[in-house]
Amino acid sequence: MKNSAPSVVRQAFYKSLPVLAGYVILGTGFGILLRNAGYGVLWAFAMSCLIYAGSMQYVGVGLISGGVSVITTILTTIMVNARHLFYSISMIERYKGAGKYKPYLIFALTDETYSLLCDGQVPEERTGNLYRFLVSLFNQSYWVTGSVIGSLLGSVLPFSTDGIEFSMTALFIASFTEQWISGGNHIPAMAGFGCSLLCLLIFGPERFLIPAMLLITVVLTVVQNRITYEKEGTE
Amino acid sequence: MNLDVHAAVLVLIMALFTWLLRFLPFLIFRKSTPAYIVYLGRVLPSAIIGMLVIYCLKDVNVTAAPFGLPELIAAVSVVALQCWKRNSLISILFGTILYMLLIQVAF
Repeated sequence: MKNSAPSVVRQAFYKSLPVLAGYVILGTGFGILLRNAGYGVLWAFAMSCLIYAGSMQYVGVGLISGGVSVITTILTTIMVNARHLFYSISMIERYKGAGKYKPYLIFALTDETYSLLCDGQVPEERTGNLYRFLVSLFNQSYWVTGSVIGSLLGSVLPFSTDGIEFSMTALFIASFTEQWISGGNHIPAMAGFGCSLLCLLIFGPERFLIPAMLLITVVLTVVQNRITYEKEGTE
Repeated sequence: MNLDVHAAVLVLIMALFTWLLRFLPFLIFRKSTPAYIVYLGRVLPSAIIGMLVIYCLKDVNVTAAPFGLPELIAAVSVVALQCWKRNSLISILFGTILYMLLIQVAF
């Protein structure tokens, strides 16, 4: 028990490393944007602690500086963050025994944290919930740190960081590849990729996300019997 | 000052509704989870990761130079490295540095 705590911290830190660079940079971008809109470091800190949703916070800069209505803010939040319903649905069973960690685990379920934890792999079953909690906490600390740095330092960076935002894309591509080659049924992965691509071509980059989520749900529902049957067949 | 109070209210609204979306499924299915939802929970992770890949690449323009080539080359390198080494950290680091070089130097 004595040496289990440091090792689970180390394991969680290692797991969270792919998110570090991306979150610090994207958080910095958010801090800069918010400061340029006239809101200082306390605002950046508060938004990253309380909202903790990357794309929502970028959109939020426009909302608060534009002084839009409460209704517009509610509708925009639901549209931008609807995908979080999906993340939560797929974590219901996994987070069931998380006890005291559960509220924070649910609150901190961002795109990136989800992609790190959704495969259900933990180094040790015994410390699994603490491990998930720490991965989530490390990720948020990178995000908060980034937004505070951005707000304080502004745009005085010593080198060009153009393209560093690709680290998020690379994270999702690596997760996608890993899930693909680690076996199992490929229909869900193909449905997610294919439906999203199709909806992007039809609805365009600004509007494709919600139609894509609906179509993915429909396709996965239609193939439900087939996937369930195949799973039972292999066991 | 008025504007700041309004902005603070909007920040709280954004936080509240983001929390609501994250907590809602857990609140609805607190007692028992229907088989259909359990099924969705099992198949959604790989579907959503596929969706997120598209989401990240949604603004890439393939009809004008450089025709999405930097994204394509970097993405292929991530897939190849992941298949070879099975280490996400290496794949992501290499892919990102390659992409930065591609858009800053090559294209």
